Amino acid sequence: MAKTLFDKVWDAHVVSEVPGGNQVLYIDRHLIHEVTSPQAFDGLRQRNLPLLHKERIVATADHNVPTKNQDQPIKEPLSRKQVQMLTENCAEFGVELYGLGHPYQGIVHVIGPELGITRPGITMVCGDSHTSTHGAFGAVAFGIGTSQVEQVMATQCLLLNKPKTMRINVDGELANGVTAKDIILYVISTLGTGGGTGYFVEYAGSAIRALSMEGRMTICNMSIEMGARGGLIAPDQTTFDYMEGREFAPQGADWDAALAYWKTLPTEAGATFDGEYHFKAADITPMVTYGTNPGMGMGIKEAIPEHSTIHGDAGLAKAMNYMGLQKGIKLEGMPIDYVFIGSCTNSRIEDLRAVSRLVKGKKIAATVNGIVVPGSQQVTKQAVAEGLDVILREAGFDFRDAGCSACLGMNEDKVPAGKYCVSTSNRNFEGRQGPGARTILASPLTAAAAALTGRVTDVREMMI
Amino acid sequence: MTPFIKLTSSAVPLPIEDVDTDQIIPARFLKAITREGFGENLFRDWRYGKDGTPKVDFVLNNPMYSGQILVAGANFGCGSSREHAAWAIGDHGFRVVVSSYFADIFRGNALNNGILPLVVLPEVLHEIFETIEKNPTARFTVDLEQEQLTNETTGTVTAFEIDPYKKTCLLNGYDDIDYLLSQREKIDAFEAARVDYSLL
Repeated sequence: MAKTLFDKVWDAHVVSEVPGGNQVLYIDRHLIHEVTSPQAFDGLRQRNLPLLHKERIVATADHNVPTKNQDQPIKEPLSRKQVQMLTENCAEFGVELYGLGHPYQGIVHVIGPELGITRPGITMVCGDSHTSTHGAFGAVAFGIGTSQVEQVMATQCLLLNKPKTMRINVDGELANGVTAKDIILYVISTLGTGGGTGYFVEYAGSAIRALSMEGRMTICNMSIEMGARGGLIAPDQTTFDYMEGREFAPQGADWDAALAYWKTLPTEAGATFDGEYHFKAADITPMVTYGTNPGMGMGIKEAIPEHSTIHGDAGLAKAMNYMGLQKGIKLEGMPIDYVFIGSCTNSRIEDLRAVSRLVKGKKIAATVNGIVVPGSQQVTKQAVAEGLDVILREAGFDFRDAGCSACLGMNEDKVPAGKYCVSTSNRNFEGRQGPGARTILASPLTAAAAALTGRVTDVREMMI
Repeated sequence: MTPFIKLTSSAVPLPIEDVDTDQIIPARFLKAITREGFGENLFRDWRYGKDGTPKVDFVLNNPMYSGQILVAGANFGCGSSREHAAWAIGDHGFRVVVSSYFADIFRGNALNNGILPLVVLPEVLHEIFETIEKNPTARFTVDLEQEQLTNETTGTVTAFEIDPYKKTCLLNGYDDIDYLLSQREKIDAFEAARVDYSLL
């Protein structure tokens, strides 16, 4: 029977079947960070268990780190302690750590791919829901809780119920100014935040195939925002070209052997999915969110709906109250206060290039506080090599050091209460960017356009 | 893990859909390095004002409502994978969360912490909300062995489903890690038999 990409990767990692339908799944690579790992290390100590395969784990510090003055001790005591705990735990258990000051440090979902750790055909987990990002390479990658982090540390396995499969096809060509971020915001606005619950999603179709790896990562990253366990895209020449020569990617004969295997992975013709959707790229315009979950999104020219079948009228009213917005209005032209370009969704070199091209030689609005936070030290290095830091600073952006930054209000970077922030991150939940902060999710291009005009702007009208 | 077998309790209603884990426990409270003490910040920004004063209109601050059962709208626990959300709910004293469906990661985290994510049909959820609205002290019995939820006011008995393995774990207080450790020989055999392209 024809198999899907997901089934091939999953089935190749089943160690044993558990009576009642669960399976023991082998996990190839495990990424950890400072927030969701301390209790797992503690669990190992309490049970007196060794870490089974330290060579399969990579650690970094990202959620708590400041994005200014990274050479100095972290000011906030609890953040400092959590990062310190990671350092101590990694030293005790022999885990490779790319901590603050290390040239490989960065957001966990940015460094995995750029270092060649993320690969097609592997299983990968992290105590972080955006682990779905790595599915862009054709890996089965998903977020887990801390108890599961401990289980993987102790046994390299997890006990799981195999998810159902869904395929989302996007065909045709994207219009100028419309990006991968707009595709995924459009899909989520259609299916809702629970539309993918219980599923692993494969993204397919000509619009997906045409995307760069950065674009594919943006799409897979937000799979969790429609409730899907993960998202993945079949590996192809774009994938292989991105990977070849990366620090930890296979070399020489190993590369040839791995490549031959990776080429066997794509979904076979005739394979069936438990759910399937078709979208046309031509229907997608630059997207903005108006509410308090990523499903509350609309095209830039549209008005906030009067009713919501997906979120319910009560949910919509609650969101409008929090956002200080009214049903039926358009966001286009509305003044904004902050622009945040960063996060595991959109902080890669291609994102910074796109923003730089748009703002080069221009100034962001005096009313806007704009920050650009590269996803990793490697991204920063590349941006500096290309002069993007100069372009962005001359335009009036604050160009910071790598970290999760204002995506989640856990470090020093926050949006003040009541302020509107056009953000390239992944969640517009209440308080996500700081208590009372009002988030409008958008693509890097739309965010850059908003920074220039000081208003929610249709970037297509700024591009020729 | 503390076993869960059966309980009878009043319930706390939270008739809001898509409650995300950032609401259950905001990121700024994730800096602890132990599993304890998250209950005081459960639903922090819905529950307390900026200055820490309780918001009277939030259900956890309403003395009429109490109990070990939280009843919430559809898609409870969406968003972040933070197990801190399950720890906060458990630390507050809830042992059961009832909804018409749960986000996958939250459901797993709850089960790994002895909290039962109990799924009922939307119309049953509606009836439970109605019962509590009429009588805030209305009691419900959750019987895991029988896989039954009883509305003690209306007498309605609703069957619920739970993965048989997870049921055994909850009834006995077993963690997944115990089972996984028991699989060590099979894990070793798996590693020995396969071609591994992940570390080349």
